[in-house]
Amino acid sequence: MPALTSQRRGALRLDRVVKAYTSGGASVLAVDGCSFDVAAGEICVVVGPSGCGKSTLLAAIAGFHGIDAGTIHLDDRVLCAPGRQPEVGPDRVVVFQQGALFPWKTNLENVAFGPIVQKRVRRAQAFERAATLLAEAGLADALHAYPGEMSSGARRRVEIARALMMDPAVLLLDEPYRALDALTKSVMHEALLEVHARRPVTVFFITHDLAEAVFLGDQVVIMTARPCRPKHVLRVDIPRPRTRAVLSTPRYEELVGEAAALVSEEARQAFDAGDKEHWA
Amino acid sequence: MTELAAAPERRWSIGNLEQRVQRWFWRRSRRRAALSLSLVLFIWQFGATSAGWLGYRLPWLGQLPPPADVLVAWLDLALEPSYWLSWLASGARVAMGFAAALSIGVPFGLLLADFAWFRGVAHPVFELLRPVPPLAWVPAAIIFWPTQELSIAFVIFLGAFYPIVINVLGGARELDVRLLQTARSLGASRWQILRRLLWPAVLPSLAVGMEVGIGITWEVVVAAEMISGGGSGGAAAAGGGLGFLIWSSYVGGSYPQIVVGMASIGLAGYASSALLRWVGTRLTPWRESDT
Repeated sequence: MPALTSQRRGALRLDRVVKAYTSGGASVLAVDGCSFDVAAGEICVVVGPSGCGKSTLLAAIAGFHGIDAGTIHLDDRVLCAPGRQPEVGPDRVVVFQQGALFPWKTNLENVAFGPIVQKRVRRAQAFERAATLLAEAGLADALHAYPGEMSSGARRRVEIARALMMDPAVLLLDEPYRALDALTKSVMHEALLEVHARRPVTVFFITHDLAEAVFLGDQVVIMTARPCRPKHVLRVDIPRPRTRAVLSTPRYEELVGEAAALVSEEARQAFDAGDKEHWA
Repeated sequence: MTELAAAPERRWSIGNLEQRVQRWFWRRSRRRAALSLSLVLFIWQFGATSAGWLGYRLPWLGQLPPPADVLVAWLDLALEPSYWLSWLASGARVAMGFAAALSIGVPFGLLLADFAWFRGVAHPVFELLRPVPPLAWVPAAIIFWPTQELSIAFVIFLGAFYPIVINVLGGARELDVRLLQTARSLGASRWQILRRLLWPAVLPSLAVGMEVGIGITWEVVVAAEMISGGGSGGAAAAGGGLGFLIWSSYVGGSYPQIVVGMASIGLAGYASSALLRWVGTRLTPWRESDT
């Protein structure tokens, strides 16, 4: 078992990131002058109006596409810079909104997939560790089930286990719990916090749900409408470990209220701007 | 802990075979099938013997040999080895053509799906040739190939080739981009993506393609045998196959035998589709829960 916490890694630094894409011949700025830091092992939750470019930012960190200006650093390494070939790497694993488990593989095979294709370890060793991670996620009974046989909450847990299997420096979660019902969601939040307490990996978490954002995050980055840049960074000073009891504390409610005010202000501006654009 | 890799046995055992057969037989859908089949037989018998019952022949049905005569003809034929050789001949042709279609069609479909340059080169030709019905190839096939057997096999191959390729291609196109991105970010190489992502993603639609393909194969083999005169066996009918059996029965004026030939092909097609469906579900165990 490699030592995970001996040296903290996974600090992200975004410095004046710009990303444009062309849509119907016109160039659209998705991200413009976006700068903020995420400390190693922190949970950074990003919220903002729909379609503001949060996912574009996440995809850039993941290495699915490049950026047009600025830099993104992971620890001392430059991840993204203009003119640089984007590079996906097992140190940054993405968990998608609708889930992306391989339907033809059992849970165990899904979780063990990364180390096996990379031939980093022997198969038996990979399966053993995958079984451990799945057991930690409360899925010891479902090792040989196919994803299609499980609830969406359980599938998401498998997916996070698969990501953790890579010992990533950063876990990139793109609205992972969006499709879940409220009950499952609250269970998933506690499960994620539990996993994070055990393996403090940096988490970059996109959501629309402010209650979720404040409950999970060390910092909540509230984005402006397109182009996306931080409007405000909210430090969440609620101590860890956090349990559901946090949800009824005044500080929690205060922070959610603050975030809500910022987001609704931004959403209204975006709406008005959109309206004007539409009528111009 | 090495056994972790192996999923627990999902196979059925011989032990509960009898139970399974009984359950299969008594399912509601089976009873319905039995009912509809006997109803068809009854109407057929009634219509075919209408000259005796009603004093005049019902149109269409009145022309048919009654099922009882067909059964007698069938029993007669079943005692002759030539009948079973016909099964063998047609079955062997179908198997050969289908195997060729599978072993060429699957790699071809995967190449089309995975390599843009190959798709650019090969797809137009493929799409141009696809609408040409396999039977339109019969004369050309006879000219191309040295033996009649090979010409028939070639035409059968064409019948199964197109649906297999189309379905492999379609299945590959449905592969979710997020699965690709995930596999890449988990460190899979290009070859691993082909083998571990594209291939399993294609299997369900390949199973459909095989089922469609085998059906067309039987349509084609019969027609090809009629046209080509049944290959080497000729009038002896042994090497002629089921298609030639029908044709020679027609020429010889033995109408019950025509129906025997038709029913034999129906059975053969049904059996081969069932076999391929079974293979298909074996190949895609993760879909068991869907059905």
